[in-house]
Amino acid sequence: MAANTLAPSLLDLVGDTPLVELSRFAPGPVRVYAKLEAENPTGSIKDRVAKAMIAAAEASGELEPGRRLLEPTSGNTGISLALVAKLKGYSLTCVLPANATAERRRLLELFGAEIVESPGEEGSNGAVRLALDLAERDPSYYMPFQYANEANPRAHYEGTGAEIAAALDRVDVLVAGLGTGGTLMGAGARLRESFPDVVVAAAEPLPGEAVMGLRSLEDGYVPPILDVSKLDRKILVSNAESVAGLRGLLDAEGIFGGVSAGAVAHVARKLAGELDEGVVVCVLADGGWKYLSADFWEADDVERSMERTVWW
Amino acid sequence: MTRVRIPPTLRNEVGGERELVGDGETVREVLADISGRYPALEAQLFADGGLAPFVNVYVGGEDVRTLDGLETRVNGSSVILLPAMAGGC
Repeated sequence: MAANTLAPSLLDLVGDTPLVELSRFAPGPVRVYAKLEAENPTGSIKDRVAKAMIAAAEASGELEPGRRLLEPTSGNTGISLALVAKLKGYSLTCVLPANATAERRRLLELFGAEIVESPGEEGSNGAVRLALDLAERDPSYYMPFQYANEANPRAHYEGTGAEIAAALDRVDVLVAGLGTGGTLMGAGARLRESFPDVVVAAAEPLPGEAVMGLRSLEDGYVPPILDVSKLDRKILVSNAESVAGLRGLLDAEGIFGGVSAGAVAHVARKLAGELDEGVVVCVLADGGWKYLSADFWEADDVERSMERTVWW
Repeated sequence: MTRVRIPPTLRNEVGGERELVGDGETVREVLADISGRYPALEAQLFADGGLAPFVNVYVGGEDVRTLDGLETRVNGSSVILLPAMAGGC
């Protein structure tokens, strides 16, 4: 987001997010920088993905005027797609787990998206399954499908990763949240080109029992764009650790991040502690605004208050 | 003795237990030990001699696929089994 520019539309303001040093949250010999993806137009990193997926589908001819967009999403991708859809004249249907936070649902409705609910206890897997089913039954839908769309990691290769490589002359560790795998695959690949020894580390949510109610392991899901062999570390973060990270960022730096941002900051600080010197970059995917209605802010038992929802 | 946390998805295979204890130096040995007692678990955990694709195994909170796989040493840490789940909001 270049300062003092006149942008033709919000879509021209996606990306070019700032990096800020976390010298209070993670003091020590290792410098830790956070890339503030909440600075994107709808407040999350998914603006990059939505813009890239729609542009790619238009360029390939797959997406023509009159087709309807459909996507499984617990929020951020849907809100980003809703902005792109609005500005480009498409309608959008989002398949959303029933337990997504109220802000997400309200935002999607305000942006004009139609919402289809999937069972909350099935988490994101349930939303993916239902969306795939709907798309198969109705060919007027075009589903960008961030989990399998190469434009997703490419947006992070050409954007997120390239921006980090241009801003820093050294990166020893990259930390990002593991969801679709887009950020880790794309930005990780780009950073390896500039810094061959960079450690690409995933912060992964430890899901609550209530959202693991899959019937069998065969109902599990690994996003096609995710190649775990390209990750150097893959670290589980509990909901309580994520919220502690989120509160730490706010207390120490004034950064109001979302749940995954807290998890990623937690892992960044942990990995910085394993080094004697160097640079750790963490990608904070969104801000805390869309989580204000959640129960965890004042809960005595943070873990229990969060176990029924998949947070990222 | 290594504690192994069992996700809801796999509890039918282990008589409803939430946590089991297994012997062994490596993840492979610990999982083989508990699979020996609960044979139904073995078919769920392993495929072609390796880990089944939709099972994630963590030692000390790190995915063994980014460590030494089934040969990862447990070293007194606990083991967590999880189903592979879609994330990304």
